[in-house]
Amino acid sequence: MDGFEPILTRNVGIPNSERITVYLERGGYTALRQAVQMPPDELIALVKASGLRGRGGAGFPAGVKWGFMPQEPVTKYVCVNTDEGEPGTFKDRLLVEHDPHSIIEGVIIAAYAVGANRAFVYIRGEFFLGVKRWIKAIDDAYAYGFLGQNILGSGFDLDLSVHRGAGAYICGEETALINSLEGRRGEPRMKPPYPAQIGLWNEPTLVHNVETLANVPHIVNRGAEWFRSIGTEKSTGPKLFCISGHVRRPGNYELPLGTPLRTIIEECAGGMRGNRPLKAVIPGGASTPMLTPQMLDTPMDFESLAEAGSMLGTGAIIVIEEGTCMVEVARRLTDFFAHESCGQCTPCRVGTQRLKEVLTRIVRGQGKPGDLDLLEEICAGIVGNTLCPMGEMAVNPVLSSLEHFRGEYEQYIRGGGKTETRF
Amino acid sequence: MSTGAYVLDPAKRARLLTALYIAQEQDGYLTPGALKRVAGRLDVPEAAVFSTASFYTLFRTKPVGRYVIQVCTGLSCYLVDGAERLVDYLEHKLGIRAGETTPDGLFTLETVQCLASCGTAPAMRVNDELYEHLTTEKVDLLIDQLTERAERWMALNRS
Repeated sequence: MDGFEPILTRNVGIPNSERITVYLERGGYTALRQAVQMPPDELIALVKASGLRGRGGAGFPAGVKWGFMPQEPVTKYVCVNTDEGEPGTFKDRLLVEHDPHSIIEGVIIAAYAVGANRAFVYIRGEFFLGVKRWIKAIDDAYAYGFLGQNILGSGFDLDLSVHRGAGAYICGEETALINSLEGRRGEPRMKPPYPAQIGLWNEPTLVHNVETLANVPHIVNRGAEWFRSIGTEKSTGPKLFCISGHVRRPGNYELPLGTPLRTIIEECAGGMRGNRPLKAVIPGGASTPMLTPQMLDTPMDFESLAEAGSMLGTGAIIVIEEGTCMVEVARRLTDFFAHESCGQCTPCRVGTQRLKEVLTRIVRGQGKPGDLDLLEEICAGIVGNTLCPMGEMAVNPVLSSLEHFRGEYEQYIRGGGKTETRF
Repeated sequence: MSTGAYVLDPAKRARLLTALYIAQEQDGYLTPGALKRVAGRLDVPEAAVFSTASFYTLFRTKPVGRYVIQVCTGLSCYLVDGAERLVDYLEHKLGIRAGETTPDGLFTLETVQCLASCGTAPAMRVNDELYEHLTTEKVDLLIDQLTERAERWMALNRS
């Protein structure tokens, strides 16, 4: 995209960008200096005015979340969600590995604004390099006086430490993350109460995705107006889009929210691999409903994708070319959700297994008449009947592939095998 | 604010996952004795330690090989014709099926879903190292290196 200067990824590609010295040379921690001079409620108002929304999938306004934290001087916590596990997503890993200090600066500002003196990084167990980068960056931030006692002479104290998860997708859900941090099974808690009321060790807790926090220093430095000038009216600011699948140049691309899906696929990612026609796109990670080629001009923002019948999710775009069996795609994604269901709610635990069984027998050529109705019936039994959003999301690959590619399912069941498109 | 639901010494139990990682490093998996020791150190009931450990896929209660190979079979790796081909190739090369360990105890082969390397697919992990943009040539080279490293280590231990 012409004319857009990277904001979140401005340091990516600079040699040793993960080091504090490089971050400082490039203007790092200036937002923090400014922030600790401001009254906390002014900071909250600033983030509210910026329109920044959570980048982990749900898109909840960050400033509103900050405002939900009680103002009284009680024990409060901030958690940094680095449990990136949504298939198709690899943006937080990029920021942690290449620019950890931009996230730390965001954490300190957020903690100062909500009055928390203790913060935790919760990182996916598989991210070994990420763990190392986090630990080194935190150590250096302490050494430079950005963490610890009396930060930059402001009288504000903050401790930050790293907790490593151990292979559970569900721990990206904020209440599951909290349970895991406490050393428990990562099972989501009932909401309400929300973590801002009763979170980690039952104290008010603010949980933010890595990318959300990385936006904060820029908002402090350049103001809410500037931030609102990027993106759309309701989806403000820059976004990292991860693109993978059948494109020429898969990778992370930072663009304003509201950039058309077509631009990201054709201009950034170089179009389709081997010039094959596009068949389907999953726009926001494995749990978001698929889109068809007619929807390629959809702007990638929260509202437009909802209107198109899908979701922005994490902004992870999986591109699928003509000739791909969509029943197999649905089976594979369902296999993931069946494996990652925490098992707490029966509809999700049993429902995802049943979906997987039915899809597996269909792709094996053993599908029965009535199986498609059965799939829809199982999905209806899951939706609305689970504690956390995972169950609801798990049905999306099945329902959206049934909606757009029902003929492929029917062909399997009639005994015609998988749909192959030849060129 | 407290509802009484989580009243055990919170800070101590919060070290459980870290303690399990340390315990696992010693034997390659969590032995019954290790689980017991972790429970004792953290004042957490043994049943709760086992319950937590069994929730997370990175904790193992059965022995594994020196090198645990985890091939990503997630959607993006599958789409670039990587996942299945790699699993087949490794099964053939190592002479085991996914989920098994070679008789010499060197390699365990597993399939996993999504290593957040979708843009650099196909990908796999070997212990804590991530390998991306994999080809069969790269896999050959890596397996040779790991085998050699293990042989050197064993020779060193003998002398």
